[in-house]
Amino acid sequence: MAELLLEIFSEEIPARMQVRAAEDLSKMMTEGLEKSGLTVKDAKVLSGPRRLTFVADVPLRSPDVSEERKGPRVGSPDRAVEGFLRGAGLSDISEAQVQSDPKKGEYYVAILNSEGRNTTEIVSELVPEVMANFPWPKSMKSGSSSFRWVRPLQGIICLLDGVVVPFEVGGIKSDDTTEGHRKHGKGPFKINDFKGYIKSLEGDGHVVLSHDKRKELIIEQARKACADKGLELVEDEGLLSEVAGLAEWPVVILGDMDPSFLELPGEVIRLSMRTHQKYFAVKNPKTGELAPNFIVVANQDAPDGGKAIAAGNSRVLSARLADAKFFQSEDAKKSLADYYDKLDTVVFHKKLGTIKDKAERVAALARELAPKVGADPDKAEAAAKLAKNDLVTQMVIEFTSLEGQIGRLMYEREGGDPEIAVAIEDHYKPKGPSDEVPTNPVAVAVALADKIDSLFEFFAIADEQPTGSKDPYALRRAGLGILRLEIENELNLSPQWYFELAGKLNHPELDYLNYADSINQVEGFLALRLENLLKTSGHRMDTVMAISDADYQTGEGLSHFRWYQRSLSLEAFLDSDDGRDLLAGYKRAANILKAEAKKGDLPEGTPNRPDDPHGAALFDALQTASSEISSALEDENFEKAMLSLAELRAPIDAFFTEVQVISSDNAVRENNLRLLGLIRDTARQIADFEAING
Amino acid sequence: MSDKPAQTLSFQGLILTLQNYWAKQGCVILQPFDTEVGAGTLHPATVLRSLGPKPWNVAYVQPSRRPADGRYGDNPNRLQHYYQFQVIMKPNPANFQELYLGSLDAIGIDRDLHDIRFVEDDWENPTVGAWGLGWEVWCDGMEVSQYTYFQQVGGMDVEKVSGELTYGLERLAMYVQGVENVYDLVFTEANEKNGTPEVLYGDVFHQNEIQQSTYNFEHADTDKILEKFKMAEAECEHLLALEKPLPLPAYEHALKASHLFNLLDARGVVSPTQRQEYIKRVRDLAKGCAEAHVKSEEAVMDRAWQ
Repeated sequence: MAELLLEIFSEEIPARMQVRAAEDLSKMMTEGLEKSGLTVKDAKVLSGPRRLTFVADVPLRSPDVSEERKGPRVGSPDRAVEGFLRGAGLSDISEAQVQSDPKKGEYYVAILNSEGRNTTEIVSELVPEVMANFPWPKSMKSGSSSFRWVRPLQGIICLLDGVVVPFEVGGIKSDDTTEGHRKHGKGPFKINDFKGYIKSLEGDGHVVLSHDKRKELIIEQARKACADKGLELVEDEGLLSEVAGLAEWPVVILGDMDPSFLELPGEVIRLSMRTHQKYFAVKNPKTGELAPNFIVVANQDAPDGGKAIAAGNSRVLSARLADAKFFQSEDAKKSLADYYDKLDTVVFHKKLGTIKDKAERVAALARELAPKVGADPDKAEAAAKLAKNDLVTQMVIEFTSLEGQIGRLMYEREGGDPEIAVAIEDHYKPKGPSDEVPTNPVAVAVALADKIDSLFEFFAIADEQPTGSKDPYALRRAGLGILRLEIENELNLSPQWYFELAGKLNHPELDYLNYADSINQVEGFLALRLENLLKTSGHRMDTVMAISDADYQTGEGLSHFRWYQRSLSLEAFLDSDDGRDLLAGYKRAANILKAEAKKGDLPEGTPNRPDDPHGAALFDALQTASSEISSALEDENFEKAMLSLAELRAPIDAFFTEVQVISSDNAVRENNLRLLGLIRDTARQIADFEAING
Repeated sequence: MSDKPAQTLSFQGLILTLQNYWAKQGCVILQPFDTEVGAGTLHPATVLRSLGPKPWNVAYVQPSRRPADGRYGDNPNRLQHYYQFQVIMKPNPANFQELYLGSLDAIGIDRDLHDIRFVEDDWENPTVGAWGLGWEVWCDGMEVSQYTYFQQVGGMDVEKVSGELTYGLERLAMYVQGVENVYDLVFTEANEKNGTPEVLYGDVFHQNEIQQSTYNFEHADTDKILEKFKMAEAECEHLLALEKPLPLPAYEHALKASHLFNLLDARGVVSPTQRQEYIKRVRDLAKGCAEAHVKSEEAVMDRAWQ
């Protein structure tokens, strides 16, 4: 085995792409080498701001391969022989051998020997191919070359057993030299092998080659720098990974800022630090509050110990935070409510009006929803007319992700109602599958109204349903939000009711028939979201479509909360022995009915009480179960309904074991079939077991 | 380093140093374009010359106007009129990054003491259908330049890639001079021998910021500006529709339209929907100019080969 070392050196690779690129390089190199018949051992890959490095052990030559290819029988037509010669790459049939076996007789065989190749040759072809097809998320041309790489390519080391593998990519010839850190150890460094590569670069070159190692160095230095001052680092894995991609020689510096900036909301400070400057925030371990400090990761050891770097960064941060303070004081010149009219300048969607139009619709809906979720209608309406206002404040225009939070803070400063304040922030929630769901009734009313409005408007008015992977208005998230708000707050709301309400209240110009189809679509869309919610929380999802979608108490559509509960109850039932047997019995009954239906029409009407004892027992059990199930469902006691259904297990089993369903006596046969129909209809009061797998 | 200045540069010293540095690298030193533009990139020496196969290396200062950024001279960092220093090298030389770092040395940024970083930032200017990949260059966390490799201009793939550098001169000068307020920048040093006084940035531009902000936000007559916009648009279209189109003058009218739109925007009379509409109109003009320019350049090349 010999060592293959590849370093691709370029101008700064975007931090977010480095780790993935290293994985891709390793995969493509390994697969390419193996495809050429080389075994690859100990493959390793390193990534950093300016280089990707791949190293592995490979043989110096790929093995010789001998392959036998069977051809036509001796004496076959010329065409067959010619085809064989072409396929095997032979010029004359004399180059083939003749073998024989008892069945086939004599036939031609071509022995194809392909000689192994030198690994150098293989690599010199492979690397340019890998680089030409490299899956960068974005790549570019440079100068006059048409070669694409993530940023201009500056050099390639490619060594096999210490010898340069010669090739050229994008005008760059492979060789055995590289550069180190731009400031601390530029080089050039001549490399013989991976060991020497590490030694040169990590030593005089001042380059920490491994992403993970840079992360470790940064986090250790950062924790220490904070601890030395009695402070604590606010850890942030995403940021850590990013800054590890921005420095070849990471040096952590603790900087400070004017403590007066701590008057700003902590989120504003953290966001300013993180997104604009890539600093870590620092807190006081005793109070848990932010400290007037930050951690910046520089790319070099400065002779003054980083004083100038800290001062420079501090100035930039001050300018940023001064902007934020300016925005805050400008924004505070008007009350939050005064921003309402300005929402009219922001388009929500070209067919759905401005944000103000949306807020009006949400307010109307929230008012009607409020009594159903235990909220005060006036507060719900007021909250809905405040909830979007911060979108036009300078602070949120600058820090978009603080939408809701800034509005709440402004409203609290004005001494507003605490419930409304919570609703302003929480009406966006849940923002994702793991985000928490609001519980305050006013917040619930506005959060629901906001999402119901979005679904209704996009489906019924704008005709913009999500398709495939495209969901530009995040309607799947809104749908999941509705489900979670209802389920986690145990709200029994009829979807048909609230979607019709959205139409009636906000589109009096339209007739119900204009949007009836859209409401059906939205409800189907939400049923799919319910399946998804069950699946992602580890439940079976075939229960969703099996459950009857009628609410026995109201006669209206089933609420998502009950639907969800019934799905879980049904799942538990199906997991029990009773459930499994009953499902088997049901399916057997259904199959017989299907088979008989093919032969001719099934008998109509209800069964008589059969004469044979097993049939009679089943008949009696079905009468009892059916009425018990009905009354249990009327009480929305789904579990009790299923217990009643479970009672059928024994009589059904006995019936199938002891009774010849398809009797030669036609009257008996027809009565038995009616009995099977009754089994199916009784079970269907609870769920359509046809839709259940297994 | 021989290029390193002996003392802190004045604002004009900074400009002169950058000009000298890039002149030494073989760049044509142009003077500012005499039509209002929002950024140095819009100068025809960048937009039009970055198209086609001919090598082109240029550096120039460009006054840039962004009416909406005016703050009546009250804000220490924001101006509606400011300077950009722009460098284009087409095709970008292999050592363009090194040349750029050399320019920082030249203006007195000590790279031993200061942390220079190249942070991913892909540049796009929808108005002229241009985009490229590159970085924001940070010095101790402050953006000191935008560095881009052009990939498309005027909606067309570039034949040869231009390396583009844009230095925000005021910000850079504030950094070099250690000044917190743009109006406190030393624009010109005193000359004791001649008895000429020190001149600050505020002496030169503060009144201009106040008056222009007042005009932009309070007095710009939107009806007239809209008329002017339409005239500029029509003129540009007319010049492009000629039997022998005149892309260079047409482009000037496209730039005028672009600036007039910015003025309307600053007056707050453009609704978000209209905004998209205007941007599209200006982009169509610029794109038409770029296409006509490439065609006329090809014609010139063809003649040269005959």
